[in-house]
Amino acid sequence: MTTATVAVPKAAPKRETHSSQVKMSTRGVKVFYGDSQALYGIDLDIIENEVIAFIGPSGCGKSTFLRCLNRMNDTITGCRVEGDVTLDGNDIYAPSLDVVLLRAQVGIVFQKPNPFPKSIYENIAYGPRLHGLAKRRAELDEVVESSLQRAGLWGEVKDRLDQPGTSLSGGQQQRLCIARTIAVSPEVILMDEPCSALDPIATAKIEQLIDELSASYTIAMVTHNMQQAARVAHKTAFFHMGDMVEVGDTDKIFTNPRDQRTHDYITGRFG
Amino acid sequence: MNNLALIATVLIVMALAYQLGLTRSKAVAGSGERLHSRPGYYGVLVALWCGLPALLLFILWSVFEPGIIDLLVFQQLPPEVAAFSEREQQLVMRRIAALAAGQNVADPQDFERLAASQQARLEMLGHLSMLATMSIVAVVGLVVARRHVTPRLRARNHVEKAITALLATCSGVAILTTVGIILSMIGEAMNFFRFVSPVEFFFGTTWNPRFSSSGAGGQGEYGLLPLLWGTLMVSIIALLVAIPLGLMTAIYMAEYAPAWLRSVAKPVIEVLAGIPTIVYGFFALIVIGPFLSGFGELVGLNIRTTSALTAGLVMGIMIIPFVSSLSDDIITQVPKALRDGALGLGATKSETIRQVVLPAALPGIVGAFLLAASRAIGETMIVVLAAGNNPVLHANPFEAVSTITVTIVNQLTGDMDFASPQSLVAFALGLTLFVITLGLNVIALVVVRRYRQQYE
Repeated sequence: MTTATVAVPKAAPKRETHSSQVKMSTRGVKVFYGDSQALYGIDLDIIENEVIAFIGPSGCGKSTFLRCLNRMNDTITGCRVEGDVTLDGNDIYAPSLDVVLLRAQVGIVFQKPNPFPKSIYENIAYGPRLHGLAKRRAELDEVVESSLQRAGLWGEVKDRLDQPGTSLSGGQQQRLCIARTIAVSPEVILMDEPCSALDPIATAKIEQLIDELSASYTIAMVTHNMQQAARVAHKTAFFHMGDMVEVGDTDKIFTNPRDQRTHDYITGRFG
Repeated sequence: MNNLALIATVLIVMALAYQLGLTRSKAVAGSGERLHSRPGYYGVLVALWCGLPALLLFILWSVFEPGIIDLLVFQQLPPEVAAFSEREQQLVMRRIAALAAGQNVADPQDFERLAASQQARLEMLGHLSMLATMSIVAVVGLVVARRHVTPRLRARNHVEKAITALLATCSGVAILTTVGIILSMIGEAMNFFRFVSPVEFFFGTTWNPRFSSSGAGGQGEYGLLPLLWGTLMVSIIALLVAIPLGLMTAIYMAEYAPAWLRSVAKPVIEVLAGIPTIVYGFFALIVIGPFLSGFGELVGLNIRTTSALTAGLVMGIMIIPFVSSLSDDIITQVPKALRDGALGLGATKSETIRQVVLPAALPGIVGAFLLAASRAIGETMIVVLAAGNNPVLHANPFEAVSTITVTIVNQLTGDMDFASPQSLVAFALGLTLFVITLGLNVIALVVVRRYRQQYE
């Protein structure tokens, strides 16, 4: 067989995207950790209300790239970012930009669920309080409820909002973290391998959630699981050794990649 | 042969026994059979068999011999000695022992000389028979063990057991010492409570132990409360100084300071913990006290040179490293994921620290506070010099106070008589102090442990 054929699993039919407005755009993004370079100039457009998946072998720079999109790399000492990253056309690395506001617009969900050691309610209410999004307690209650509902967790936790967030199961904790991110009404949600610490059932729930969320948010996710990318992403970008090798519609990447490296990677995994 | 030489001899003999065991096992192995263990283990085993019983015998002998000899000598004394009071009998025995050791004693009596020569003879006899018994035991052990060197003997396992026993003994010594100290404190404290009722001691508000030199007019009043209050006042002032300073130092070191500054500043702060407390004490007395007093004059406050404030302030400086170092460790242990979570929601650095990192680290930090508090409560030299030694119940931090530790020092320095409540009260005070600090330590450890479990 000469063409790459990947069994794309049957999944819930992905919602078609209608707009094609560029939400975030990067040009020539290079990242250095001290003396070593992790990314070698990435050009990528992220379209509004699409789910884009970043795939590639470990250490290829996909997580690093994701973290550039809301400047989480700022927290790592010795990390330097070059190139342009824009959100709605505005440079997010501009000196005048308030990184705090940026992170409210571009939220992030991490690999390992990291609920705060506070109650479930407080976990969700933390962001809105921080940014003064709710004036009164009733408004805050509303934000908490709607965030939990959108994250598909409301039914499971509505009777125990005062219990610690850490008392939930791994999958619930991750959905709590997603709800926490939603609560500050971001425009873009970044997800760094959101399911890698979860079992298949919890994973399926998160994937379904991502699909639903893409109606209102732009989502960029890193994943090691190519079936997951195939199931939930509209677009897929393949990273290799600090370069973005190719990006395109998910179906196309998985069935007919242009680059030999992409082909080797996706077939190597599914053999 | 003195005891040190004796122990050295036993060790040399053990070394010889090791060699014997080694050659023996090699000979056995040479005859074609496969040994269970490496030859060295047989050597060690033979050495242990040779030396351990002898050493054990030596220890037991050293413990029981003096008592037995004393008893024998005492029985030989003329009958009128038996009629003496207990204290006089002890005095006689001490004089006899001194004579027997060849020391001069003021006008020795004939019966004392006789008894002394008898004691010297008995000691000589005892020593010789101990040497003889030890030699026999060592030789028997050596011969028996050497004969047991066979391919089937599991020498390695036996040596392993001996090592376990050694380690257990060492930890046993540490634990038994602690238990011994506590028991002796309890015992002496009980003696004290025969003079003064516990209610009077724990709830009394007057501290006035009249020393016996000031006349036989009663035994004085032993109310703990002024001392306890003084201790608490000084400790609270110390914590009020140390907690904010220490905690903020810890936050800066853990979250903000660049690596080079941290690597320089942390050891420097920890040097504070290494300064001898007596140095802090005279620093308080000579520098801080007059400064505070002068400052008080300036703002119209009457601050004494030696006061609860002086002592508390300096003690606070002393315990800063306890708070900052422990809190720093605990803050650093808070997972990065939590920080990222808050930062990712758009929290600033200080918001993240105040609202997420510190609450997560709180149990551990409280543990650090409690450890610092128990350190402050047990601190002695600073308060001896700088608190003013005034055991009166009052609430003015600018006045002199006295603490439990200072009072123990006062009661035990100078002429001591361990049959009087004036000295015995030190044990009751020590026990109280011990219970307080132990309680704080236990709470702190439990709290810290619970915190650790949260993130493992």
